[in-house]
Amino acid sequence: MAANIPTNAPVHGTPTVPHVEHDEHLHHDEHHEQSFLTKYIFSQDHKVIAKQFLITGIFWAIMGGALSSLFRLQLGWPESTMSWLTPVLGKWVEAGKLNPEFYLALVTMHGTIMVFFVLTAGLSGTFSNFLIPLQVGARDMASGFMNMLSYWFFFISSIIMFSSIFIETGPASAGWTIYPPLSALPQAIPGSGAGMTLWLVSMALFIISQLLGGVNYITTVINLRTRGMSMGKLPLTIWSFFLTAILGLLAFPVLFSAALLLIFDRSFGTSFFLSDIYIAGQALNNTGGSPILFQHLFWFLGHPEVYIVIMPAMGMVSEILATNSRKPIFGYRAMIGSLIGISLLSFVVWAHHMFVTGMNPFLGSVFMFLTLIIAVPSGVKVFNWLATLWRGNIRFTTAMLFSIGFVSLFISGGLTGIILGNAALDIQMHNTYFVVAHFHLVMGSSAFFGLFAGVYHWFPKMFGRMLDEKLGYVHFWLTFIGVYLVFMPMHYVGIAGFPRRYYAWTGFDSFSQFADLNKFISAAAIFAFIGQFIFIFNFFYSIWRGRRATENPWNSNTLEWTTPVIPGHGNWPGAIPAVHRWPYDYSKPGAEKDFIPQNVPYSQTQSSNLPNERETAE
Amino acid sequence: MIALGILLVLVLLLVVFGLLFRLQILTSIFSGSLTREIGMSNRVNAILMIIFMVVGGGAFAWSFIDNYDKMNPPIASIHGYAVENMFWTTMIILGVAFALTHLMLFIFSYRYQHKEGRRAFFFSHNNKIEIIWTLIPAIVMASLVFAGWKEWTKITGPAPKDSIVLEIMGKQFNWLVRYPGRDQKLGVVNYRLIDATNEFGFDLNDNNAMDDFTVNEIHVPKGHPVLLKIRSRDVLHGVYMPNFRVQMYAVPGMPTKFWFTPTKTTDEMRAQLGNPKFNYELACSQVCGRGHFAMKATIVVDEPDDYVAWFAQQKSFAEQNPDVLASFKQKSDKLVKDKAADAAAVLTQTTKASL
Repeated sequence: MAANIPTNAPVHGTPTVPHVEHDEHLHHDEHHEQSFLTKYIFSQDHKVIAKQFLITGIFWAIMGGALSSLFRLQLGWPESTMSWLTPVLGKWVEAGKLNPEFYLALVTMHGTIMVFFVLTAGLSGTFSNFLIPLQVGARDMASGFMNMLSYWFFFISSIIMFSSIFIETGPASAGWTIYPPLSALPQAIPGSGAGMTLWLVSMALFIISQLLGGVNYITTVINLRTRGMSMGKLPLTIWSFFLTAILGLLAFPVLFSAALLLIFDRSFGTSFFLSDIYIAGQALNNTGGSPILFQHLFWFLGHPEVYIVIMPAMGMVSEILATNSRKPIFGYRAMIGSLIGISLLSFVVWAHHMFVTGMNPFLGSVFMFLTLIIAVPSGVKVFNWLATLWRGNIRFTTAMLFSIGFVSLFISGGLTGIILGNAALDIQMHNTYFVVAHFHLVMGSSAFFGLFAGVYHWFPKMFGRMLDEKLGYVHFWLTFIGVYLVFMPMHYVGIAGFPRRYYAWTGFDSFSQFADLNKFISAAAIFAFIGQFIFIFNFFYSIWRGRRATENPWNSNTLEWTTPVIPGHGNWPGAIPAVHRWPYDYSKPGAEKDFIPQNVPYSQTQSSNLPNERETAE
Repeated sequence: MIALGILLVLVLLLVVFGLLFRLQILTSIFSGSLTREIGMSNRVNAILMIIFMVVGGGAFAWSFIDNYDKMNPPIASIHGYAVENMFWTTMIILGVAFALTHLMLFIFSYRYQHKEGRRAFFFSHNNKIEIIWTLIPAIVMASLVFAGWKEWTKITGPAPKDSIVLEIMGKQFNWLVRYPGRDQKLGVVNYRLIDATNEFGFDLNDNNAMDDFTVNEIHVPKGHPVLLKIRSRDVLHGVYMPNFRVQMYAVPGMPTKFWFTPTKTTDEMRAQLGNPKFNYELACSQVCGRGHFAMKATIVVDEPDDYVAWFAQQKSFAEQNPDVLASFKQKSDKLVKDKAADAAAVLTQTTKASL
């Protein structure tokens, strides 16, 4: 891709800190016309690919939200008729009632879509792609072609997953964790027939897409940083994307192997996960397999996966909080350290999902210990965010509101993790709505808030226009209130022991006392979902008709704001700026303005230089 | 027709919304608020933060207290009390952390909202406080881990030798229960022997299986340790008994177990709750298919004497199903014959080989 760009070696000052070899000689080619197809469809420009991920992600988020509204209708009003939904759901409404197997399919698809297609591909895919080259000071990703492939693998994977919703036997229905034997045997549930096959194929392609993307992100961050951009000067967004990509690269192949073995069990008669099964009037020949093995493989990905979802959000929130508090992020190094700590620990806590699966209790003790350790770096991050707000000069942009909301949701959801990570307490709480409430707050809603914060903050750089702030405020407050109304009461239902993935709770005396609360949760969930259309409207309206943005609307320090209003292919029309300082010089005493962009050398800011920076300036 | 009407109303609402939106933009251009860098809305949002904290916090506290009685399933096992204590102790610690961090979050947001002419405090790090707020959570975590680990090893440790043993087997979509009979030994079962009558797959060639009996309702004696042996014959299930704070997966091909000591009989619990219809319930906690939400069994906790009487009344599976027993006799006779024939064949072969 670099080959067709004319070289036009601009020498921009003398390099003060020769750091990494990079394509300084490459020059942006605005005159190089591209056809519609290569510019918008099969584009190799990281910014276009980011937008492709974002818009696909938005599509999936609407889909995932709509599915959840459907099953919340069932949970809130189990006695009422659903026949008005027959035009949409067809045969899945039987005599006015939702088919219980389809209910499980809804739950499964909601989980799969939200975790993988929205919060992994939609979040990382969008912002890693968009921000890594812009913030490290690169013309594009290390391999634009692989980057394009990453999106198109994701696209094909999406098409397959989407089509699985419409097949005769229904989509995968064994829960998003697809535990065998339920997911392996079509006799056990119809969704484990063709629906499950499509799920596995789609997920295999999805993993390929993630790996192609991840290799690119890592390579770009390591090799293509601009002059002066040492690892210790990277914005926290880049650190979080970088570590997220490493997690993905190490964890996703394990899911791939689990999926592969499951495909073998399903189609080729092997017994990796199956043993001693009598089903549908027939004893199967499989012996010696272990369903627990699958759970180990699944959660070896599955747990890092929740950090893959949340870490990019953490990075963006750190950046946005600092920018809008007009203060340096508190404890920059501690923030990096805690990200690294979380990344390492995320690989050794997976079995806390399996305390009561029959796993050896000693293993349970080990994993309980490791799990509760991970609360420490997470706590450090929260305190540092709070300290960043302290004595700031806060501007409540919509992005800032969502970032504050993120911190709140992350605290609320994270704390209950301390209960669930305690094996003795997990005996009662496992697979109840307490778990559902916990992870919807800490990784679902928080990551969504991170995503929204990112979109509101970087929209001007993406489309050259601003999102409407007033609508943004309405969207934020509706969502923030809605999320809490949904998930706080859900804890109560969970403490009472209501198991998740239940089509109805009416059969049990212990659980049926929460009829009103369930109705309330359902109403709040549907209300919060409808509120999201304000954002959808704002987003698409503002792409074409929003207020025009300036180059650096938030007075931010990072490199992406030194590009033109709409950066072209190659990002900077001239030379790539060199970096001289860390990204958080906000409200520095003695400085003229309350921000000093990273590309401003110390020699130009004599009045504000700290003692240790004076030497660098000379 | 109604659908059309709803659609029309929705479209009209959207149009009204769009017009209002345009109007708002035009007025804000007119009033010049779009050119101001930080306008009135900054203050409004700061105030909303405080309102959210007060109203939201209040509503949360109220609803929590309002639901508190409902959300605690009445406890009926020894370890249940310990776990319950630990749960609410942890919740109090978490509640303090929750309240403190949220107070800071919202009050800082309000207190440090933008003011013209003020500059934020350039405060990039402070090693001392960072160490403090790393260590304090670490110490709290360590003590929680220690308490949890002690309880966990106690609960999952070996069951007392004199425990009542019974086996629960999950299947789509109900629970099968069997007791070891008078010999206190559960007989061999084999999933290949399962059919419509022999749902457990009893191998009646095994003498220990002869007096095993199956029941629909689980009975356990009060005050006596009970060891549940748990199996599944098709997909994963979860044995979940909220009142006893018991949960363990049922895994095909891998027997699991859980032991507990019930502390209140069903009658005592009924009297305590003032609910004559109360029953201890067993629910399935791991998604298993269409009937997952209705996989229920009932547990009856008896006084020890009643339990003994109940136990004595039960008839063994073999006794109740003589035809199954007879077919086993036949098969085993045939098997013995076949084996003898096989042995003879092997013998001739080996003799041949040795020649």
